[in-house]
Amino acid sequence: MKHLLTTEQLSRSEAELILDLTGRMASAVSGREIRKLPTLRGRTVVNLFYEDSTRTRTSFETAAKRLSADVVNFAAKASSVSKGESLKDTALTLQSMGADGVVIRHPASGAPQRLTEWVDGAVLNAGDGTHAHPTQALLDAYTMRERLGGIDGRTVAVVGDILHSRVARSNIWLLSKLGARVRLVGPPTLLPRAIEDWPVEISYDLDASLRDTDAIMLLRVQHERMHDAFFPTANEYARLYGLDERRLGLMPDHAIVMHPGPMNRGMEIAAAVADSPRATITEQVANGVWVRMAVLYLLLTNGEL
Amino acid sequence: MSTLIKGADLVGRGRGDVLVRDGRVVETGTVSAPAGASVVDADGLVLLPGLVDLHAHLREPGREDAETVLTGTRAAAKGGYTAVCAMANSYPVADTAGVVEQVAALGRAAAHADVQPLGAVSVGLAGERLAEIGAMADSAARVRMFSDDGHCVSDPRLMRRALEYVKTFGGLIAQHAEEPRLTEGAQMNEGAVSAELGLPGWPSVAEEAIVARDVLLAEYVGARIHFCHVSTARSVEIIGEAKARGVRVTAEVCPHHLLLTDERARTYDPVFKVNPPLRTADDVAALRGALAEGVVDAVATDHAPHPPQDKDCEWPAARPGMLGLETALSITVAALGGPDACDWDMVAERTSRAPARIAGLDAHGRDPEPGAEANFTLVDPARTWTVAPSELASRSRNTPYAGLELPVTVQATFLRGRATVLDGELAPVAPPAPRTRADAGLVAEEIE
Amino acid sequence: MTTPARGAPSGGPDRPPPGKQILSADDIGRVLDRIAHQILEKTKGAPDTVLLGIPTRGVALAGRLADRIRRFAGHDVPAGTLDITLYRDDLRRQALRPLGPTDLPPGGIDDHRVILVDDVLFSGRTVRAALNALYDLGRPASVQLAILVDRGHRELPIRADYVGKNIPTARYENVQVRLTEYDGTDGVVLTGGEAQ
Repeated sequence: MKHLLTTEQLSRSEAELILDLTGRMASAVSGREIRKLPTLRGRTVVNLFYEDSTRTRTSFETAAKRLSADVVNFAAKASSVSKGESLKDTALTLQSMGADGVVIRHPASGAPQRLTEWVDGAVLNAGDGTHAHPTQALLDAYTMRERLGGIDGRTVAVVGDILHSRVARSNIWLLSKLGARVRLVGPPTLLPRAIEDWPVEISYDLDASLRDTDAIMLLRVQHERMHDAFFPTANEYARLYGLDERRLGLMPDHAIVMHPGPMNRGMEIAAAVADSPRATITEQVANGVWVRMAVLYLLLTNGEL
Repeated sequence: MSTLIKGADLVGRGRGDVLVRDGRVVETGTVSAPAGASVVDADGLVLLPGLVDLHAHLREPGREDAETVLTGTRAAAKGGYTAVCAMANSYPVADTAGVVEQVAALGRAAAHADVQPLGAVSVGLAGERLAEIGAMADSAARVRMFSDDGHCVSDPRLMRRALEYVKTFGGLIAQHAEEPRLTEGAQMNEGAVSAELGLPGWPSVAEEAIVARDVLLAEYVGARIHFCHVSTARSVEIIGEAKARGVRVTAEVCPHHLLLTDERARTYDPVFKVNPPLRTADDVAALRGALAEGVVDAVATDHAPHPPQDKDCEWPAARPGMLGLETALSITVAALGGPDACDWDMVAERTSRAPARIAGLDAHGRDPEPGAEANFTLVDPARTWTVAPSELASRSRNTPYAGLELPVTVQATFLRGRATVLDGELAPVAPPAPRTRADAGLVAEEIE
Repeated sequence: MTTPARGAPSGGPDRPPPGKQILSADDIGRVLDRIAHQILEKTKGAPDTVLLGIPTRGVALAGRLADRIRRFAGHDVPAGTLDITLYRDDLRRQALRPLGPTDLPPGGIDDHRVILVDDVLFSGRTVRAALNALYDLGRPASVQLAILVDRGHRELPIRADYVGKNIPTARYENVQVRLTEYDGTDGVVLTGGEAQ
């Protein structure tokens, strides 16, 4: 594994190795006076972000710094179509600067894969278009493993805008590979066409999907989707697909509530649910740093699994 | 000056010779070489009427960094073409007599292939007001086909008027069938692959809905309609039904839609980005079937050159389109069963005769009979070749077939008796001067 | 102790022949007995002492030494594990090493005498990494090093306080330590000379 572009590319044993390493990273640094390891000293990680995402960028930056890498933040223009330096020219610039790893967030699906053609360093996909967000899925899986004691045989409902969600896609491949039963729940307008071959169940009915669910993953709903007639109003969306306290009560007592953030309180998730002890949202953020440390360690030490 | 082509497979008439003088066929059958004639040994080669492309983007005027009429017609000649229809989406748009006459003049100067400009249906391809269709028809360019290609004439009222209006001079509208509201932001075929890749989908129904609508409109107003680059199984089904009903509809298919599928998008390499997009294997099979049956009349390249910066980028930022002129014949032959199994008469029909009829190019698409213009191409059915982008005659390099081994090679192309390609290489054609044929490798001997 | 064989095909006069067992199971037992006694003697009964094994085989050796000290002196010396992978300076060159756990005894290491335990002392880089790892975890009063086999070729100014056996080797040779806990048998074998 030279790059991390998708969870689809990972074998089950590779995914499990990353999750194991994540646990080691957490225990290697947690509760220590010196929360820094010399592992990647002298190596340079470039954060190349074409979309504003302080959360993800900060998480990668923290992870890289905890491993003593030098971090360069390269904020590119947010708009993918604006006149500016092309991705290729930017890549060649990073290449001549000698980046050992490039963490890229880009609005175009597939941009990280293109980048691998132009740089020698490892490419880490930090979210591309509506395609993939592998470290988010890995941190979700790690959170589930910690909270549910495992993933194999568990049922996970992914709810909302699957069509436009890179988080959903990466979770589908990863969780199914790790033995989970994945159920997609949402209105037909927000489900991709032709997904009969995906390793998932599909449901349009949230209430009916809750009773046997071990983890529910709520996706952020973009308000602008209303204008494209994917659903009529925010109220109607919340009524049909929002997780409120009544619905939380339908789930088994051990079930957890996940959200990749940022949340729309009152839309896909009620405030009381977001703040309940069954919500893992802040744990997910903390676990994100460990996961990214594990991935940086894997890709920037020697790249061989 | 006369040329004798000896021993070619004359497609349906057995093996024979063709004597050409002053740009026309003089005699066929078994012909002995007159004094001074140059002789081309065509043993083992198939003689096809010169290929006619209904759909090429020659990019001039406006995007000469991608292609010019000269480089585009050189690519055409290498692909076996003797006539090319130039699409109207140049800068400025070919929506006036002035622009179409300029393109026609550039074609005459280039001299590697005849260039027939298309005119735009609407001013600036904007889909709002009719362009001066009559003036373009009356101009020196004698435009008969009109298309907003690159854009669909989506307004049903404008489409109806255009279909009616071109009846005045027996013209036709070539529709780029794409319901724009269903393809906003679309990047590739909508289906299993787009769902996985997270690229916004271009649903097949966006094409089929317009094909169905326009078949009905053409039937209603009693006009001719031609569909550019049909790409889906359902589109050819609708066209087949319309033809059976007697609607005056014709259709073209592109070589890439006969060979490649949306699986190619998995590379995220925009060399595979094209509009309409590469579809599924089922669509490819249906298009091959429709081409063989004649539901689809012609193969057209949709040759769309782009400079490197428009393809060396992320997929959504890339411009759609791929080169086609130099590879079209090989891929058509492959799609019709390969060089051994394919019906060469059908190849001639789909790549030359039918497109010439549709475009109204009377001097092209004719079998070698005495009196006919000597526009033809000699094909080696036994010789394969490997596509090397750097060796293409086009100014651009965006071929999706790089490194692929393709069947059949074009050995020679003749435009009004003059070789534009000989021994697989471009021949110097301008100025048209007498030349020693023995200098060119394929040519056998000089007969005194 | 074994006697080095004379006239080995690729070894010098003092070197054992390649592929040759240089410590038997009994030898290892005797060597560890001696090291345990030396620790007790040198540390005056090993008060406030922690044994930290370096994975993989140092962990088992630390456990065996702790058992012996308990037997000989009648009191417990806590043993733990110190994984040093994240502190290595050769991560770019080596095949990936999965991370092992670091388990410190409940009393921690602050103000204790830490004895690092490993199977083979070679370049000294592992010990260097272990010292760095150790000082990120706490502040020991002193650090000592116990080693089963010292094969020479040091690249750093590091020496062991307790050495089971010194074995002269060529740089290209391999010293393989086998322990029942991992390999089903005890023994030390020298290999790899033939290929050169």
